[in-house]
Amino acid sequence: MKALLAALSLALAILATPVVAEPELRGTGDLGVIIERASGSALIVETTGHSKLARVEGLGDVSHASVVFSRDERFAYVFGRDGGLSKVDLLEQKIVKRIVQAGNAIGGAISDDGTLVAVSNYEPGGVRVFDAATLEMVADIPAAFGDDGALSKTIGLVDLPGRAFAFSLWDAGETWIADFSGGNDPQITRIRDIGANPYDALVTGNGRHYIAGLFGEGGLAHVDLWAAEPKATRILPGYRKADPALPVYKMPHLEGWAEADRVFVLPAIGRHEVLLLDAATFVPAGSIPVHGQPVFAMARPDGRQVWVNFAPPHNDTVQVIDIPSRTIVATLKPGPAVLHMEFAPRGHEVWLSVRDADEVQMWNTRTLRKVATLPALKPSGIFFTARAHRTGL
Amino acid sequence: MPDRATAFLGAFLLSAAPAFAGDALENLVRQDCGSCHGITLKGGLGRPITVQALADWDAETVAQVVLNGMPGTAMPGWAGVISEVEARAIAEGLKKGTFQ
Repeated sequence: MKALLAALSLALAILATPVVAEPELRGTGDLGVIIERASGSALIVETTGHSKLARVEGLGDVSHASVVFSRDERFAYVFGRDGGLSKVDLLEQKIVKRIVQAGNAIGGAISDDGTLVAVSNYEPGGVRVFDAATLEMVADIPAAFGDDGALSKTIGLVDLPGRAFAFSLWDAGETWIADFSGGNDPQITRIRDIGANPYDALVTGNGRHYIAGLFGEGGLAHVDLWAAEPKATRILPGYRKADPALPVYKMPHLEGWAEADRVFVLPAIGRHEVLLLDAATFVPAGSIPVHGQPVFAMARPDGRQVWVNFAPPHNDTVQVIDIPSRTIVATLKPGPAVLHMEFAPRGHEVWLSVRDADEVQMWNTRTLRKVATLPALKPSGIFFTARAHRTGL
Repeated sequence: MPDRATAFLGAFLLSAAPAFAGDALENLVRQDCGSCHGITLKGGLGRPITVQALADWDAETVAQVVLNGMPGTAMPGWAGVISEVEARAIAEGLKKGTFQ
């Protein structure tokens, strides 16, 4: 009997060996992170086979979360609504470091050299900057404005070339540039009077143009960061005032611009249209009527198409605009509450998070057909690792 | 295209049953109100709307703000999306902490 048991346990040991073997080697260039906004979790996915690799839990309140990636595309930094900053190892599929750095936050950015991670905070208003390796705080930049030292909520935080960040002050109508090129004590440039209540901002892929949307007055503020003394000029001033009756059910996002046939395409605020801007002069170049209030107007990486999703009650729909002809070539109905769209790095597919269907869908951008779906819990933001090598994402 | 919003509102006025009730109403509040107020309702670009934060507000006033918005802020009026009955249910739920 003893001999039999020994033989059995030996057999079991041999059988068990492959389970503890070294993990298979793999790259991270086709990986991504999908935020599950209601459950404090995120999926690590691979985009070649449209599959889930792992679910990472314990990320806190990720109801408005965003993600940036380390330069080696191994680590994802997840910025939560609750001020949480989590560093996730995509290969080990786990959180390797997590801090709660503020009470209420809205997003982050990583410096071009990969050494600094900055977070935009509502409470306390300002930006905090952390060592990307350790998440130790490197700099605290309270967004104090006015005479009483009140702190503004900050929005539109982006990375700029030269170890710098730019962000805007919702309450103060200012844009600040924090330059860390000389070390970890930043040089701050304040650009005042950019306009009322900037709600989001972006920087163009070359790091030159910073554009903030102005909720308080419609229109946008444009800062040419290559100027010797950057200042804000208005684009489309007051276009919203002409039509104040339309309530804004969801703040548009400005990320996702790309130059397409010499124009930039951006979501109008409140109106059922996307706006076109001349990419060289930033002069308005017309508009295209769309199905509802646009939230994202995302250019396919080649700039030939722009995909648009919408605020409630039109958020079951996605429209595809053909940029050369300025026409809508498809009105798709992916399902209830399409929150976010992320293109494959060269644009052959786009992933859509369909929140209230609890799934992510993959669509072929040429045939405009759905090619796959993946279950996810109340999915929102989708972020692919290729963002690591793009300015402003 | 304001005509579309009007048509949508009209559709709701014509329908007898509320479009959002129970879990659907909770989902609307947590997810869509939550895009500004946070999924935990503790605030974001919009102010906190927890039981504590609304202690000094009566339900009727909250319902009116939900329907008509708050001038001078980013809070929109939702009268084009939800009915008065639904707005009242949201207001009462917020006061009771139903969605937290």
